[in-house]
Amino acid sequence: MSAEVLPFAKALSAGLAAAMDADDHVLLMGEDIGRLGGVFRVTEGLQARFGEQRVIDSPLAESGLVGTAIGLAMAGFRPVVEIQFDGFVFPAFDQITTQLAKFTNRHEGALQMPVVIRIPYGGHIGAVEHHQESPEAYFAHTPGLRVVSPASPNDAYWMIQDAIASPDPVIFLEPKAKYWLKGEVDTAERAMPLHASRRVRQGTDVTLVGHGAMVTTLLQAAALAEAEGTSCEVIDVRSLSPVDYGPILDSVRRTGRMVYAQEAPGFASVGSEIAATVMEKAFFALESPVLRVSGFDVPFPPAKLEGQFLPDADRILEAVDRALAY
Amino acid sequence: MTPLDDPDIVRVLTAEGTFAPTPQAERYVPLIEALSDTDLETFYRDMVISRAFDRQATNLQRQGQLALWPPSYGQEAAQVGSIRAARAQDHIFPSYREHVVATIRGVDPVDIIRLMRGLTHGGWDPTDARNGNTHVYTLVLGSHTLHAAGYGMGLVFDKRCGTGDPEQDAAVMVYYGDGASSQGDVHEAMVFAASYQTPQVFFLQNNQWAISVPVATQSRAPLYQRAAGYGMPSLRVDGNDVLASYAVSKLALDEARAGSGPRAIEAMTYRMGAHTTSDDPTKYRTSDEEESWARRDPIARMRTYLEGRGASETFFEGVDAEARDYADDVRVRTNALGGIPVDTMFAHVYSDRHPLVEEQRQWLADYEASFEGGQA
Ligand SMILES: Cc1ncc(C[n+]2csc(CCOP(=O)(O)OP(=O)(O)O)c2C)c(N)n1
Repeated sequence: MSAEVLPFAKALSAGLAAAMDADDHVLLMGEDIGRLGGVFRVTEGLQARFGEQRVIDSPLAESGLVGTAIGLAMAGFRPVVEIQFDGFVFPAFDQITTQLAKFTNRHEGALQMPVVIRIPYGGHIGAVEHHQESPEAYFAHTPGLRVVSPASPNDAYWMIQDAIASPDPVIFLEPKAKYWLKGEVDTAERAMPLHASRRVRQGTDVTLVGHGAMVTTLLQAAALAEAEGTSCEVIDVRSLSPVDYGPILDSVRRTGRMVYAQEAPGFASVGSEIAATVMEKAFFALESPVLRVSGFDVPFPPAKLEGQFLPDADRILEAVDRALAY
Repeated sequence: MTPLDDPDIVRVLTAEGTFAPTPQAERYVPLIEALSDTDLETFYRDMVISRAFDRQATNLQRQGQLALWPPSYGQEAAQVGSIRAARAQDHIFPSYREHVVATIRGVDPVDIIRLMRGLTHGGWDPTDARNGNTHVYTLVLGSHTLHAAGYGMGLVFDKRCGTGDPEQDAAVMVYYGDGASSQGDVHEAMVFAASYQTPQVFFLQNNQWAISVPVATQSRAPLYQRAAGYGMPSLRVDGNDVLASYAVSKLALDEARAGSGPRAIEAMTYRMGAHTTSDDPTKYRTSDEEESWARRDPIARMRTYLEGRGASETFFEGVDAEARDYADDVRVRTNALGGIPVDTMFAHVYSDRHPLVEEQRQWLADYEASFEGGQA
């Protein structure tokens, strides 16, 4: 094993470089990703290394970015598109949902769409409007797209490579609050496939499930719960479409209780879908309803209120208490 | 050849501040001659005060008082000239760097600060007359160009333009950048504006850079020439020349109000500072370039011109003092800004009552109260 401690953003960057080394038809495109290295510096140094044709500073047009990525994929490339911030993916929404997602289906399998759309998403950075959103449900709701979100540097390194290798379009959601999070990256061997969920903490009383930046918060909540004598298991979903229910159901069958936490508004969300499925599949093992802790069903608020909007360990523990009270 | 050597550019003041209209500027000279000394001094005062405000806001951001600040430093002439050409009844659609425009229209600078401080997504009410029909900032690039076109359609449908009465007729002015010009929305806005002959001016501030991407990546043709494809008259102006910016905007707005359809102006200017306070321009541009634009500073240029016309030292000192007071006032009022009640998060999501939002508002209130009750 060759392990290195890297921040999330650097691990992602190393993963992109590895994929570009392995296949000269992998190319990156996006706004400010070349000379500047991206506003989060994820692509820093890659243009110098791979040239302007493989790390493209594009015109400022998201629909254009995704639409041309589709054409590039048809021409045999594997484009990786960076959307600068979550709230700016919507000008490209039409291309992603009506075109990218449906190409393989429309061509009855004769064409593949190996396109990755990288989107820094979520809150915790105190930014202005359109810079802190969690748009995952829109994409998870769209058949034809795969949607994933790494929560650790090791996952960032491997999942980006797996996403690029995927013949299907992948919406790759990067929890921007975690770009500076350091962790061990095993560059020799991938731990698990792209669409597997993962148990990150063992416990016996309540199963806590979530994705992206929320995984860290779930671990904090689990540590606090332990101090009060409650043992929580934590599962990082990793793949929001398809969902790997195995480890989740296995855990819920042991604990009998589950709380899902996410930053996105709760209504018609990824957490809602997973909660419903767990209730269908593990009904007789449940001691309490599956509970959801979410952002509220309001537009992401001005930065000064994000602390109240985003679920924190306390809000998760409140749900844990409610689950235990049944 | 730099774009500023474009023989077709409209310019009246040289970089050194001498009055020397380019051939394309000749038709605008009467508009400038019609300006009083007081008007000219107002232009200068506007620019100096705006710059002081901008510097203050940048400092406040550095001190952790604001989440972000997009500086307007360097773009004062394009903004002052264009907005001073508008009439009270005109509607203004800024993007997010038009602090000069917004404050001249009456928006309280602290309302802009509140937005960038993370206290609000809006900050001012465009329907309040004190804000001079200035709509709130739009951060999604280009989106608002369509809103402006729609507003212009409304003016056409309600016969609020083209009646021949300049006191009543209204126009719409929309601001956007060279980067934003690549967005599909901007093209669609031009299609609607031209199709419905909206009384609208597309005011593009070409400050040469999006964030790190130069204008050449957005367009190989001069941006103002794109308008021809939509059937819209357009021109390029020296955006660091406040007089030229005023004159071209005045004529375009007057014509639009009078019913002759939309127009496009490309103001050649330069973003002297960083894109925003999170950006590092040394990564992508040269100090040579910055210096060459510093020599075209809009304020220095106008000052030289005014000095040539005999403006007194007392006048300039007075303006400087006024600008200092203005900036100080912004600082004092920013530091006095309080927090916001949590309830505001749930307010105005819908106009009518919505049970889900109501339920969550109540839940959070109870939850917070449980802590105050000393339980947790
Ligand atoms: C749709 C969209 N995509 C990306 C962004 C991120 N972004 C904000 S400003 C900017 C550059 C804009 O350049 P330009 O339009 O030239 O205006 P300037 O900032 O130079 O005034 C970018 C890429 C955004 N706000 N909206």
